[in-house]
Amino acid sequence: MATVPAHVVTFDDPRAASIGRLQSLWRTIRRKPLGAASAALLTVIVLMAIFADVLAPYDPLEPHPEIRLSAPSRAHPFGTDDIGRDVLSRIIHGARISLWVGLLAVGIGTAAGMLIGLVCGYWEGRLDLIMQRLMDAIQAIPGLVLALAIVSVLKPSTTNAMLAIAIVIIPGNSRIVRGAVLSTKQNRYVEAAQAMGCRHPRIIASHILPNVTAPILVIASIWLGNAILIEATLSFLGVGTQPPTPSWGLMLSSTGRAFMEQAPWLAIFPGMAISLAVLGFNLFGDTLRDAWDPKLRRRG
Amino acid sequence: MHRYVIRRLLLAFPVLALSSLIVFGLMRVMPGDALIALMGESGNVGEKELAKLRKELGLDKPYHEQYLIWLWQMVSLNPGDSIFTNEPIPVSLKKAIPVTLELAALALIIGLVIAVPIGVLSATRQDKPADYVGRVVAVSGLSIPDFWLGTLVITFAAIWVHWIPPIGYVSIWESPSRNLQQFLLPAAVLGFRLSAATMRMTRSTVLETLREDYVRTAWAKGLAGRIVVYKHALKNALIPVVTIIGGQLGVLLAGTFVVEQIFALPGMGRLTVEAILYRDYPVVQTNVMLVAATLVTLNLLVDLTYAWLDPRIRYQ
Repeated sequence: MATVPAHVVTFDDPRAASIGRLQSLWRTIRRKPLGAASAALLTVIVLMAIFADVLAPYDPLEPHPEIRLSAPSRAHPFGTDDIGRDVLSRIIHGARISLWVGLLAVGIGTAAGMLIGLVCGYWEGRLDLIMQRLMDAIQAIPGLVLALAIVSVLKPSTTNAMLAIAIVIIPGNSRIVRGAVLSTKQNRYVEAAQAMGCRHPRIIASHILPNVTAPILVIASIWLGNAILIEATLSFLGVGTQPPTPSWGLMLSSTGRAFMEQAPWLAIFPGMAISLAVLGFNLFGDTLRDAWDPKLRRRG
Repeated sequence: MHRYVIRRLLLAFPVLALSSLIVFGLMRVMPGDALIALMGESGNVGEKELAKLRKELGLDKPYHEQYLIWLWQMVSLNPGDSIFTNEPIPVSLKKAIPVTLELAALALIIGLVIAVPIGVLSATRQDKPADYVGRVVAVSGLSIPDFWLGTLVITFAAIWVHWIPPIGYVSIWESPSRNLQQFLLPAAVLGFRLSAATMRMTRSTVLETLREDYVRTAWAKGLAGRIVVYKHALKNALIPVVTIIGGQLGVLLAGTFVVEQIFALPGMGRLTVEAILYRDYPVVQTNVMLVAATLVTLNLLVDLTYAWLDPRIRYQ
């Protein structure tokens, strides 16, 4: 009987899928310079958020009224704000808020959307019909407007902004997962598993879930950029992160607008940080899509 | 077509009903009571006045009754008064809706004027410098927040050309030139953001159509490049673009919420954001519901137009 050598990874091995995915991502990044640039940009932002305490040259909250509204200089490369806080340090710490909100909101929204999509796509029927109409109803309200309404009901804060963004994400994600489940269900191996008497949770976990992880990850990466943008917009409108916490959107609305003619750097740098982070996630999402799920290109 | 229209209408009603439940439910889960929050912020108000106000606003009734009353108020176009300004909501809406409509229409036009030519140029010059520039413009449109772009536009217009948009809203009927001065910049900011997705879609559909057999035939007949691209390819490529514009209506409406705030335009967005900040929940729930109803109706119209353009859809 032929045996499989120990070092060969067979198709039954879940590691095979993840190794294949990493390889195809690496190939796409090497082929597309924009993919490499976005990966580098995201690495910088993530490192900035993790090591904010070490990287920030000053305390982001400590005021120095004697140097208020100073223009960019060697000591303060991005200048100082209206109470003399270092803008660069606040931007570095702001990366932490943006990433934290983005990751948690997308994590919660994706997990909930995935669960709903799996249940609806696998069992279909009346539950699916009701859930899909509910998702339609949530999607009928534009994301930002819904997030604004939710935050107004709760209370303006970073956590509530995050929850609101997560709720906005759920319908779109559940749709994509549901679609992927519906098409995966048609495969013979799922029918075979059902015929063999496999239990539903096992069929979902080992036959359907691996096929829907690629679209989920792609959509999640694109949503991360959007989540950062919505958080910044909510903070800009005064219903997201509250002062004195350094958030990019808040920096723009509180000091950036008030002193925009006197000190344009207060508006330029936080806005640039938001744009670069969102650009990074958008481009990286495109790269992931090219590498893992070219079929999604038309839908995106 | 009739059956398709009826089916789509039957699907739209439950969605609207569920949206109204979501909006109503949201406003009722507010921690504590909207009134207490409001009164707490405004000063000392006795229990008696509070009970009277609660009764006036119908907050003492059971939830299902409150919901039905609100639904009737919405249907009969009489959604009550603002808690904060005491102004009847239809009166404030009558002032705000034309502002938002004008902003949205201008932004949509500017968005299309930017998106379609750049999208076509990108597709016809695939992988050439013009294509890269077009794609960078599109991705930056998706990444640059409209509130930042708006802030920068105001700042640099003031610093460099010493120009500040006229303050105090003037309707287009009163003074078209003053009105356009107020609306052009915000509409351009919003239009730029809107153009990104349309530009990407135009590029990919034109690219796809350019590879079709009939386009090859048109080339083979010796037609001029411009006629092949604009008459043969673009016409067919624009059908999916119409759908993406439908999908962009939500982005457009949400965009007006932010842009109106920056450029101090007294539209729906500004009214709603202010109502949210003051927790003026009758205004919030009416406006959010109105936005949802508008979107559902517009999407229905887009779907019907699409089915009318492409008969295959009706029979799915």
